[in-house]
Amino acid sequence: MKEEVVRLENVWVHYNRVPILEGINLAIYQHDFLGIIGPNGGGKSTLLKVILGLIKPDKGEIKVFGRPPEKSRERIGYLSQYKAFDRDFPISVWDVVLMARMGLYEMFKRYSEKDKKLAENALKTVEMLSYKDRQIGTLSGGQQQRVLIARALVSNPELLLLDEPTAGIDAAAQREFYELLKKLNEKTTIVLVSHDLTAVSVYVDKIACLNRKLFYHNSKEIRPEDIKAAYQCPIELIAHGVPHRVLKEH
Amino acid sequence: MIESLQYEFMQNALAAGLLASIVCGIIGVYVVVNRMVFISGGIAHTAFGGVGLSFFLGISPMIGALFFAIASALGIGMISKKTKLPEDTAIGILWAVGMALGVIFIGLTPGYVPGISTYLFGNILIVSSGDLRLMLVLVTVIVSVIFLLYKGFFALSFDEEFGRLRGIPTGYLYFLLLCLIALSVIVMMQAVGIILVIALLTVPAAITKQFTYSMKKMMIFSILLSMLFTVSGLLISYELNIASGATIILVAGAGFIISLLFSKRSLY
Repeated sequence: MKEEVVRLENVWVHYNRVPILEGINLAIYQHDFLGIIGPNGGGKSTLLKVILGLIKPDKGEIKVFGRPPEKSRERIGYLSQYKAFDRDFPISVWDVVLMARMGLYEMFKRYSEKDKKLAENALKTVEMLSYKDRQIGTLSGGQQQRVLIARALVSNPELLLLDEPTAGIDAAAQREFYELLKKLNEKTTIVLVSHDLTAVSVYVDKIACLNRKLFYHNSKEIRPEDIKAAYQCPIELIAHGVPHRVLKEH
Repeated sequence: MIESLQYEFMQNALAAGLLASIVCGIIGVYVVVNRMVFISGGIAHTAFGGVGLSFFLGISPMIGALFFAIASALGIGMISKKTKLPEDTAIGILWAVGMALGVIFIGLTPGYVPGISTYLFGNILIVSSGDLRLMLVLVTVIVSVIFLLYKGFFALSFDEEFGRLRGIPTGYLYFLLLCLIALSVIVMMQAVGIILVIALLTVPAAITKQFTYSMKKMMIFSILLSMLFTVSGLLISYELNIASGATIILVAGAGFIISLLFSKRSLY
């Protein structure tokens, strides 16, 4: 049995009394490459933030590496949903990536040689080291995303949480990006959230469907009734081309 | 022009201008990159309530203004972090209420109240040695806090959520930054006045942002630019016998327009 990385038991989250997550049970194991799909507003980003401990559930238990999420943050790399951050912000690629080596005590110190070595390695992994002195806004969308991935990788996380990592990236860059993730998956557990079912299903090993409730069978299989329950409109979705390998023979 | 520097009031004015330049260079960079110009305007105008109260109570206007500026900084922080009220609504209300309080207090103060326009539009030529000492203390506090927590403020400015994940107390740092803006407003109040503070806080940083993407360089060059604006504004106002605060702002404004001609970044 592989080691359990994340465990959620009956997790409920409300926003303004409206439920966002309803009784989520989920176990993620070492070396999983899990894709979570679902409609916008289905609670995908919220679920990641619960795993990070950024959002406290109203009910339920979360364990990350067997501990409360806040205590495990050092072992998690996180890429938040693409933010239209200020493209003019005075920051270089190098400083964006080094930011991952900050902490409450490190805040008062200069970056160490070890910090710099780790940042350099992370930029090498995403093949962006030669851009280290560029201002972040002068890069293309795909390059910016690579830099942010590098930032998530700096501290060699054992769990990587990615929120819509391919949004705003062209198809060719997307393919490269998924190939990179595939490589990272050899060492790291990856959870990837996306509304783009087609792209995700080709690369991930397991798929979960989330629309307030989670439909997941610890495999790549989604039952037609799951999609029907998660998306209110199953026929339209299938007509838009869900690859059949995802759906069970029926 | 040089002989004017033998007068004590000119020396004080020069010292006040240079001190104000240090804070508006540093804090102005945060104000510009975090888009806190309106917040700074709110804090500055609320401080006028403190000026009015000080006249009414017969204490130093800078003390009252300091108290009101800090209170409004904390108030704006609370409203934007803890309530669902839109931030600009809260700022707009505080802004006007602070000014109104100032007007009422001054009205209630018996006798003639001298030099209200000093606080509104600044009069760097009447800065006393006592004022200078208070300014020096405030500048020291601001510079030390930024020096100590530079990395924290950097994370707060670029990616607050990520900073929080790395254990940076971004919530507290945000309040601290608002308080530093409040202190800067007090330092600059004598030089350019409450109404004109935002210009000196934003113009130097807005100019340097066009030419560098290093925040540290932005700060250094913003300080130098503010020094250039305040000193040349001061000397021009002395020569032409016109209002010093307004002259400094006009020099800064002209500097900004000239910078646009040399800007490497496309602005539209």
